[in-house]
Amino acid sequence: MPAQCSSCTDKRAVLKRPKTGHSLCKECFFWAFEEEVHQTIVAAELFKSGESVGIAASGGKDSTVLAHVMKLLNERYNYGLELMLISVDEGITGYRDDSLETVKRNQQQYELPLKIVSYEELYGWTMDAIVKQVGLKNNCTFCGVFRRQALDRGAVMLKVDKICTGHNADDVAETVLMNVLRGDIARLRRCTAISTSSEGEGVVPRCKPLKYAYEKEIVLYAYFKKLDYFSTECIYSPNAYRGYARTFLKDLESIRPSTIIDIIHSGENLSVREGVKMPVQGTCSRCGYISSQALCKSCVLLEGLNRGLPKLGIGKHHRLHDKILSQQPLTEKEERKLKSVDF
Amino acid sequence: MCQVDEEYHDQLERTDVLRGCFKEYFIHKFRAMLGKNRIIFPGEKVLLAVSGGPSSCSMLSQVQEGLSQKAHKKLRFFPGIVYIDEGGAIGQSTEERQRTVSELEVVFKATGFPFHILPLEQVLDLPSSVVVMALPPLEQPPSAYKAAVDRFNQTCGSDCLTPPEKQKKSLPDVHESHTQLLQQLIGSAKTLTAREDLLNTLRQHLLVYTARTEGYSKLMLGDNCTRLAIKLLTSISLGRGAQLAQDTGFSDSRYGDIIAVRPMRDYSAKEIAHYNHMFDVPSVLIPSLETKTSEKASIRGLTESFVTKLQTDFPSTVSTIYRTSEKLQTVCRSSSTDDHSDRCLLCLCVLDTAVEKASAFQATLISEQVSQTLSLGPGIPRQNSGPERPASAASAGQCRSLSGGEDCGRATSGGSCCSSAKETINLKSLLCYSCRLTIRDMSSVDHLPLYIMSEAQRRQRRSQMRDEISEFLLNDEV
Repeated sequence: MPAQCSSCTDKRAVLKRPKTGHSLCKECFFWAFEEEVHQTIVAAELFKSGESVGIAASGGKDSTVLAHVMKLLNERYNYGLELMLISVDEGITGYRDDSLETVKRNQQQYELPLKIVSYEELYGWTMDAIVKQVGLKNNCTFCGVFRRQALDRGAVMLKVDKICTGHNADDVAETVLMNVLRGDIARLRRCTAISTSSEGEGVVPRCKPLKYAYEKEIVLYAYFKKLDYFSTECIYSPNAYRGYARTFLKDLESIRPSTIIDIIHSGENLSVREGVKMPVQGTCSRCGYISSQALCKSCVLLEGLNRGLPKLGIGKHHRLHDKILSQQPLTEKEERKLKSVDF
Repeated sequence: MCQVDEEYHDQLERTDVLRGCFKEYFIHKFRAMLGKNRIIFPGEKVLLAVSGGPSSCSMLSQVQEGLSQKAHKKLRFFPGIVYIDEGGAIGQSTEERQRTVSELEVVFKATGFPFHILPLEQVLDLPSSVVVMALPPLEQPPSAYKAAVDRFNQTCGSDCLTPPEKQKKSLPDVHESHTQLLQQLIGSAKTLTAREDLLNTLRQHLLVYTARTEGYSKLMLGDNCTRLAIKLLTSISLGRGAQLAQDTGFSDSRYGDIIAVRPMRDYSAKEIAHYNHMFDVPSVLIPSLETKTSEKASIRGLTESFVTKLQTDFPSTVSTIYRTSEKLQTVCRSSSTDDHSDRCLLCLCVLDTAVEKASAFQATLISEQVSQTLSLGPGIPRQNSGPERPASAASAGQCRSLSGGEDCGRATSGGSCCSSAKETINLKSLLCYSCRLTIRDMSSVDHLPLYIMSEAQRRQRRSQMRDEISEFLLNDEV
């Protein structure tokens, strides 16, 4: 006995929403999904009329859907925003080349200007070269840190006021879990924020309009809207620690689908005790980017790569920052510790 | 103390020197935990909640150790033991339950402390004062502890601590009908996660009630480090971020007059197992709701297997999670305890359901709203545009839960759609985010014990009263 759409009660339902379990027809699902993103944007006051917004586009499902929905809502509700696409080329052969093609296609479909920044031009290193030096265990740290700065640089080049990324509810929930597992109380407090603050040199404020959208719903949306995207996993990611959190989250979702939002709710409501040591925001003495240490993570990692000391930046080496800044040579013992890599 | 690795411990288990060191270390941790926190005053009556498991039995043995004549810096409180027999809820036979109780009675009698053995069925007869936060004891300045200790030593000395009461009798007879009611109540929760949560809540209520009526001012729980790490992750997955500090911290003051403490929280499950084995601490194996279920049957079970597996690859997992829990606190939104409408009816923690702009909670309300009939549609002509229904998760939720996940479809008439004919209680508005999830998983709230429902009705009436006169109230009364 086919179910009727619980929203319009008119058409036959073609899908069941992972988020709430309601059966909906195609149009009502589109509308529900888009409306939720719209409400998130309005409630959190993410944008102001007249701003130019850079959409971080990787060619994957989240950014493809984000670009589509942003363009749609911008027109439907007259946000008055000027939209642009920013893409980052990490230099991962086979993976990034294909997804960049998708981004270029998106650019044509949505008629939005596109800027591609690459690790090669910004840092002089591609991810392929980095993995050769660093191995497969800590490479995600490099990629993540570099990408953050790359996005900011691209945004500055395009002169946008804000960046929006395609982080979805699953991503945010995973991050909460990961920060608990890693004991990173500072990040735990910040990670559920929907937008970042706008202070700092060369830093463009960024937000996550899809923060409350389930990953499965994003796929459903793209499927029914016939949006094309690139769906392969990064070839270097299988060993990332985040994988554990992700598997756990997927299992939780199968027991109780609302867990994803429940974890975000927990993250938003937890409170840190007074007197717990927190990092203070400053600037990097070398490149001027925001940093809580003397040298920003990017500079430290690059230094490690350029000197053939791949472990510099992985783990705690605050004491060495001064040495690096003043260009003192490191002792033999220090060098040995920083060279060892397990592949 | 010698600096010996735990690995080494396994190999040299039989060496007396090592045994001595380990015992000292183990006992010291217990004393340090209590001494550092200075929350149990001399002469206080402390109720030890013993489940029969290794952790709580170890706690019991530590208290014994601490009160014994030869102890260095003896503990100075009056302990009592409580065991709650949950056999009725998990379907055990009367014989099985009696057997477990007899085993435990032997252990309890050997301690010489007064003990209370209660069937969980007693929870059905509790008064509604149990779910109301009582007035907390007067705030004591930090110097009060030292002063109290000095006073105690002068007046009493070490001979004062003999058990004054006679030992209570064992498991009172349980009516078959009560057991059935209890089973019906537990059975009305459709998921194992909800059942566990419900069972925990009922158990806590009975523990607090017992502590109050028998005159105990502190409740000691046997949660160890491993279990608390699992509890932290489970609580986060259940939406209990606001209540983490109380769920996993050393002290939990949600009940007001009774403070629950967790002195075993620094011990890993492994250490406790070692100690119990080495020093013959008796414990009784008692099945739970989760026994013989798959690891993905409930959120708690899944979390336990996740943490255990992760711990093997990353041995610092449990201690890192534990340290995270130490850095959390509870937000104190309202200090007034006069009006209890800002506390959850079931778990007694401060409500975390204020609809803040751009919050996960608001997002769930919006999702419910846009997925059903009523609001502005996408331009498709609507045939039945029923009257505007408020976007409360309450009524929508009740519909869904009653018909098992599917929207009842005929919900456009608003108000009392599928709920029962008697006074419709908007139970959800009285609960915190996570307790709402538990109720949502229940097929019917009719089986909830009387004390919960009558308190719910009382609070609702009071809330209606307040709405009537809200324009005349001067203070921002919550």
